[in-house]
Formats: sequence, C-alpha cells, structure tokens
Amino acid sequence: MIVLNGERTDVHAGATVAAALARVGVKPDARGVAVAVDGEVVPRSTWEAFALAEGSHVEVLTAMQGG
Amino acid sequence: MADVPATILEDDAAAPGRDAAAERDAAGVGRDALQIGGLTLGSRLLLGTGGFPSLELMAHAIEASGTELVTVALRRVGSGPQNSGAGSLVATLAAAGVALLPNTAGCHTARDAVLTARLAREAFETDLIKLEVIGDEDTLLPDAPELLRAAEELVDDGFVVLPYTTDDPVLARRLVDVGCAAVMPLGSPIGSGMGIRNPYNIALVREAVEVPVVLDAGIGTASDAALAMELGCDAVLAASAIARAADPVAMARAMRAAVAAGRLARGAGRIPRRLYARASTPNEGLPELT
Repeated sequence: MIVLNGERTDVHAGATVAAALARVGVKPDARGVAVAVDGEVVPRSTWEAFALAEGSHVEVLTAMQGG
Repeated sequence: MADVPATILEDDAAAPGRDAAAERDAAGVGRDALQIGGLTLGSRLLLGTGGFPSLELMAHAIEASGTELVTVALRRVGSGPQNSGAGSLVATLAAAGVALLPNTAGCHTARDAVLTARLAREAFETDLIKLEVIGDEDTLLPDAPELLRAAEELVDDGFVVLPYTTDDPVLARRLVDVGCAAVMPLGSPIGSGMGIRNPYNIALVREAVEVPVVLDAGIGTASDAALAMELGCDAVLAASAIARAADPVAMARAMRAAVAAGRLARGAGRIPRRLYARASTPNEGLPELT
C-alpha cells in the first residue's frame, strides 16, 4: 500500500513513481510537476525506474497560484 | 552622525538621498534594469499570481503590469482548479513570457521550506526561490531563526535565495551574510493592504545591505508602491493589491506607473522635510502697496 497525496491507494510496493503519477493523471512528460517520496525529491529522470517501498508516502506537486 | 547615510535622514537638513543607478534611470526607465542573481529584469514590479478570480484575468493583469517575474506556489496535483495540463497555470505563464519565482508559502519550518524549494527547482527548472518560513498563522510573519537556517542551507545547495523577511535591518544583513541574492522585507502583513507601517526601517534595510531590496507584502494601493521605491527599494512585489482589487487590470497599470514614478523620484532627490514654510517666490522687488 502506497500513500499518494495523503490518500491510501491500491498502488502497491514495487510499483514505480511513474505508475503512481499515472494514478493521479500525470503523464511522464508533464511540465511543472515534482515528486517527493518520504520527504526526498525524486528527480524526473528516475521516475520510470524508482520502485516504491511498502508504506511509501508519495507527494505529487504542481504549480498553484500564490505569493 | 557623519557616517549615517543621508537617505535615512529625510527629516533633517541633510541632503536628500541620491543614488547613481536611480539617477541614470531619470534619463529613461527602460534602460534601468534590475539584476537579481543571474536574472536581468526590465520591470521593477514583481507580481504574485495568488488571488486572481481567473487565469484569464491574471494573464491580462500580467500584461498590464509589465512584470517579467511572477511568483508561483507548489501544491498537490488536483487540489486546485486548472493546476495541470492544457490551460493550466504553467501554460498560461509560459504564454505570458514571464520568468517564475517559486515560493515556499505555507512552510513553517526550515526543513519543509528546503524540501519545497528543492521540489520547486525540479518542477520549474529554476534556482530562484522566494523563501517564506511562516512563524504565526494570524499575521503570517516570518520565523526569523528558521528563515535564516533555511536560507543558509539553500544557498549552500546552489539556490538563488530571495527571503521574505521582516523589516529588521539586522536580520536583513544576516540573510545577506549567508548568501541571499536579495531581501524582501514586508511593509505590513501579507494581504493586509496596510502599506508600509515603518518606512524608517525599510530605509534602514536599504542602507544595511548591498543586494537588491524588494518590498514584499502589505502594499494596498499605488501610493504604497511609489513610497517603497522612494525609500530606495529596488523593486516591489504586489500580489493581493492587484489580484483582489475591484479591477485588477487597472490596478496593475497603476502599480506599474507608481513603481516607475517612485524610482524616478528617488533618483531625482526629494527636498528635505521642514517644519516651517520656505517661500518659493522671492521677496526682492516686492512693491509697497499701502
């Protein structure tokens, strides 16, 4: 089980960051998107390879009006 | 007192402040570029993108303001309207041709702010970061120790750090000492529209550091922006004042003119304030009529 943007999902351990992104509708070439797993930045270049561990907290962030 | 810069003594008889860059500007605003980090900006008005009723209105306000640098925040995908894909904020800002200044709004610790900055660098492919570390929910005032800690860490990590800070000249100097590329002192709390509550401190911040000073937060209307520039600020960031005005596009235009006017006035060298009148018409040649 992976926690994706604060919600438990049926994305399971072993799935890649790219798979988690697909779950929230983000394509691998999406602009203005960044990913953190358990408080660390996961660079775009490793999204396809990075395998998520059981219980990982994944944050998928993008631009919002502000400041 | 001899070493105290004249610019902070406007009420004294000392000569009013003049600075070379502002004087050059008097010959033409367009040539008076602002350098922050590796960025060269033709406009001294920075725009916050928060608070606009629609992206369309935001785009019109950006155009009217003449800004070349706008702030953006980072939030979870799907948490706001139009925050990804076609017609998104990123696409709209790219079409406007402006550079992005990501912020760390909402962060309350150095740790969160540093991670947010790293995510912003990844998302927006820029080393610029408007560093905000908030210490109080009601006033949104900066948490000075956390801010300084985060600034140092981000500078070490290669960021061009623009910290949102209080109007404390000592803290401003500390932030520059750890390598910040500019300082962004507040005029009054974010979104309050209270203007510059302590203009003397803003002038002191200007004197305390060599890097650009960007007045951030508290601007309510055009005269506040002009005052910031007259006090020696290098630029003004306006967000709510434009976005939440009844007519954001008209206010963007007003802010643009105010920043330019304040900059020119700073360069022109204002007259000192006096308690008593000083006749502008000579008494020589005054007739005796009675």
